[in-house]
Amino acid sequence: MSRQPNRLAAGGHIDRSRPLAFRFDGRSYAGFAGDTLASALLANGVLLMGRSFKFHRPRGVFAAGVAEPNALVTLRDGGRREPNIPATMAELYEGLSAVSQNRFPSLGFDLMSVNDRFRPVLAAGFYYKTLMGPRRGSWMWFEPFVRRAAGLGAATELADPDAYEKLDLFCDVLVIGGGPAGLAAALAAGRMGARVILAEQMPSLGGSLLDEPAGGPGDLWLAPVLAELGSLPNVRLLTRTTVFGAYDHGTFGLVERVADHRAAPGPGEPRQRYIVLRAQRAVLAAGALERGIPFADNDRPGVMLASTARGFLNRQAVLPGRQAVVFTNNDGAYPAAFDLARAGARVTVADARPALPAETIRRCAEAGMELLPGHAVAAVHGRSRVRAAVLAPFDASSAATGGPVREIACELVCVSGGWDPQVHLSSQRSVKPIWRDDIAAFVPGPPPAFQIHAGACRGSFATGDSITDGFRAGRDAAASCGRTRDPGSVGDIGESLGDAWATPIAPVWDVKPLNRSGKRFVDLQNDVSVSDVELAHREGYVSVEHLKRYTTLGMATDQGKTANVVALALMARLSGRSVPETGTTTYRPPYTPVAIGALAAAETGRNFRPIRRTPLHAWHERNGAVFTEAGLWLRPWYYPQPGEDVDAAYRREMAAVRRSVGMVDISTLGKIDVQGPDAGAFLDRVYVNGFASLPVGKARYGIMLREDGLILDDGTTARLSEQHFFMTTTTAEAAKVLAHLEWLLQAAWPELRVHVASVTDQWAAMAVSGPNSRKLIAAAGADTDLSNEALPHLGVRPCRIGGLPARLHRLSFSGELAYEIYTPAGFGEAVWQRLVDAGEPFGLVPYGVEALAALRIEKGHVAGSEIDGRTTLDDLGLGRMASRRKPFVGGVLRHREALLDEDRLQLVGLEPVDGTRRLRGGAILQPHGGPHRGHGLGHVTATTYSPERGHYVALALVTGGMRREGELLDACFPLNDEITPVRVIAPRFIDPEGRRLDG
Amino acid sequence: MLRIDCPYCGLRDHTEFAFGGDAARQRPDHTDTDFERWYEYVFLRDNPRGPGHEFWQHVHGCRQWLVVERDTLTHDIASVRPARDLRGKAAGR
Repeated sequence: MSRQPNRLAAGGHIDRSRPLAFRFDGRSYAGFAGDTLASALLANGVLLMGRSFKFHRPRGVFAAGVAEPNALVTLRDGGRREPNIPATMAELYEGLSAVSQNRFPSLGFDLMSVNDRFRPVLAAGFYYKTLMGPRRGSWMWFEPFVRRAAGLGAATELADPDAYEKLDLFCDVLVIGGGPAGLAAALAAGRMGARVILAEQMPSLGGSLLDEPAGGPGDLWLAPVLAELGSLPNVRLLTRTTVFGAYDHGTFGLVERVADHRAAPGPGEPRQRYIVLRAQRAVLAAGALERGIPFADNDRPGVMLASTARGFLNRQAVLPGRQAVVFTNNDGAYPAAFDLARAGARVTVADARPALPAETIRRCAEAGMELLPGHAVAAVHGRSRVRAAVLAPFDASSAATGGPVREIACELVCVSGGWDPQVHLSSQRSVKPIWRDDIAAFVPGPPPAFQIHAGACRGSFATGDSITDGFRAGRDAAASCGRTRDPGSVGDIGESLGDAWATPIAPVWDVKPLNRSGKRFVDLQNDVSVSDVELAHREGYVSVEHLKRYTTLGMATDQGKTANVVALALMARLSGRSVPETGTTTYRPPYTPVAIGALAAAETGRNFRPIRRTPLHAWHERNGAVFTEAGLWLRPWYYPQPGEDVDAAYRREMAAVRRSVGMVDISTLGKIDVQGPDAGAFLDRVYVNGFASLPVGKARYGIMLREDGLILDDGTTARLSEQHFFMTTTTAEAAKVLAHLEWLLQAAWPELRVHVASVTDQWAAMAVSGPNSRKLIAAAGADTDLSNEALPHLGVRPCRIGGLPARLHRLSFSGELAYEIYTPAGFGEAVWQRLVDAGEPFGLVPYGVEALAALRIEKGHVAGSEIDGRTTLDDLGLGRMASRRKPFVGGVLRHREALLDEDRLQLVGLEPVDGTRRLRGGAILQPHGGPHRGHGLGHVTATTYSPERGHYVALALVTGGMRREGELLDACFPLNDEITPVRVIAPRFIDPEGRRLDG
Repeated sequence: MLRIDCPYCGLRDHTEFAFGGDAARQRPDHTDTDFERWYEYVFLRDNPRGPGHEFWQHVHGCRQWLVVERDTLTHDIASVRPARDLRGKAAGR
């Protein structure tokens, strides 16, 4: 392990008794508990942490926490490998392994840094110009090079071994941010008895107070507040938890990084937790982030924000440089300068403001710092780390430099261009931020519903003011939730924290260069410089949204947190407008990147959606069924015998049905109970054909249309008593049909006295089909007369089968003598087993949905592949079913002109000219012999081998329909390069007269 | 996520509900055979920016069809009423 040259002997919030070993780019280092990867690397003297996106320039850490644009690393290995993690957000743990990104072959020696020499070529709009340029071919040539050269880290292709979970939470007051304002808000609301949830994205509560020297006034205020908050049972404190999105009606999206600070989650522990929170009120206390100032080569490792340097010093006792230059335009950088000087650094302050109060000058002198009012850092020297800063007299209003230049050797340049309140979660609710000249920053607009703003995020930068403001916000939030208890007062703030800014900020958006060398970066992550913004302006981009897309400014992982306002102000200056006139881009969720895995939570793999199983499922499993998915349902596809594939199995199963008897589970059919005095009249309006006239004890096939006249669904409905119907729907459309019926009854015809209820899960259903089905049911012990006279086709009657309750519906989907047996779900398997036991003498076979479909195709019954949402009654040859004597849903609009066109796609049957050829579902039908063009004349909807006819048959939708009877067509299946000549025939391939129905 | 205050079940996430289209239109009487009226009802609709009336069904709750008065710009919900109470009057007209 190496020593840590930049670590101070004392101070900070690290635990020196817990040293941690870690690796970066293969080298071993040591840090302490309480470090981030960034602070630990800095402690070890490692400044170079990444290469820039486009130019591959060497980069070090620039900002704190989530704002970091440069130091993005890839953490962990294997399935846990995760790219693009800011080193400032990666908490150190024993054995942490990280690698740098976007460099080849190594971080120190990067061949791609040659891009830096091609800067004129790779300016803003490079992508658009190559993509949209006069020769499109140039993009083809450039793309592989660009994709390789410009990029972030690579995601793993291995499955994620960790678990994620989703949590639903509710509270009165959500406090967003655990800094001084947020803590004060939680304290007030908590004391008033409100149910409070406070979410802080960092590992520790305290926010900017943690940037104060350890043991100082910040800690003195913090300790009792945290103790009291921890003692309140109605306050829940969530650290490592980011509120990434503010949604409608007080809903918020949060992600809690439960185990990201360890090598792997503990047993049963999720890696991350996605929280959907509904709050009555949210206190937005998200704070403010410091921004930079573009000057020549302001991206060199060693240039960082002043607050960032102070944070490293006071949180982790890391002194990033012993010779420091602080460049600022506001008072906010002085605490950093004083703390650096106190830690032993030689500090020079260049303040862009020409006149500073005597008090400031005196305190700087006391601290042994050199103070240069009216000066700027115009450039830095050094490539992979800062070696010197060039200071020049500076006029803030024109950004011009001039006069005697001084070069100061240094390792650290701290810059502060002002502070940007984090308006995101307000802006996400469509509230436009408001520009405030006095702080040269945007603050949130009028709080949207459900929000109250507090502290630095509404421009109240002094810590003491933030605390007072937060306490007020917490009190107001709790009061608006009906909490009336007196919250008392906020407690002693401590003198030095109460300081307001003494001297106003002087807005500085860039420093004009002394000569032509050096690039002035606005957005470090996307390598967007001042000249790129100028280029966009010259090329006529006036909208900030266009600027963003043209230059890629503000995109990628940091979303321009340190860059956006600077770019906006530069653009405003170029176009002669004010910043508010120029506008801002819209902030959208998420505030920081969220892993898709967290959002998916446990809903992956088999848990992606629920599985529905029929009451007979266990029997199918025991008897070797191969299952297929039908919507959410698992249905037996076929029951293979040894050596059989699906083709062999379904042909055997359907042959058994035609020859003797088979049995299929149809419990998945939608079943709807329709009851009430007006039930018959209701069904008359719902179905195209009549149901009011249906006698008790009879069933009828019915078709429903949508309001627009196309077919919605089909099925059979039985009348069990005068006021009681039992409707079945297709498996696929069951939910849609029920909602449709409910809408009609509630919104259109509430005067009808009818109730509908889904009974799909309450009934098991099985179809017994084949010439021996009657004998089988009798043999199974049915206690009713099954003769054609007593129970004719479409007859319905209750009975008991071997003492078990059942209802027989004589219906046939296969074309054979057949019965549907309905029994309460709990009796399903017993009834099925009874039939199986009685079936041995008949050679009963269970059959799956493959044979079920094959049988109906042979018979020419339409199903979901023909009722595809685009077909009409006439398209399927069912026009005669529509009643002329009563109105029904869709009855008027089914006569639309386009639906009456004779050239519509209509149902036909097909057989191959060469009986040995196979037909394929989805084949495109083209004129025989060509030309084969586009969508052709139609398509094959369903095919099966027909054992009776000895060749394949198909149903198809063809323009002109049965007018083409006898015509030859080519069935084209490009996936297999097949062209199969077929003949158009009637869509009824067996028993066209229906003689088999009675057995 | 919208939060819809179902008159039967209380305040619930919109994921419990299914959107059912424009509730500002009046369905013609079921005996009406006028083609134009049906055509207008099914196919012609406004796409308002601002307040409007929508059908939502509480499918994972009471299964009641509701008329929700919602602003398409702000998503503010001004009222939620059972659809059966609005029979005979087009919502919002």
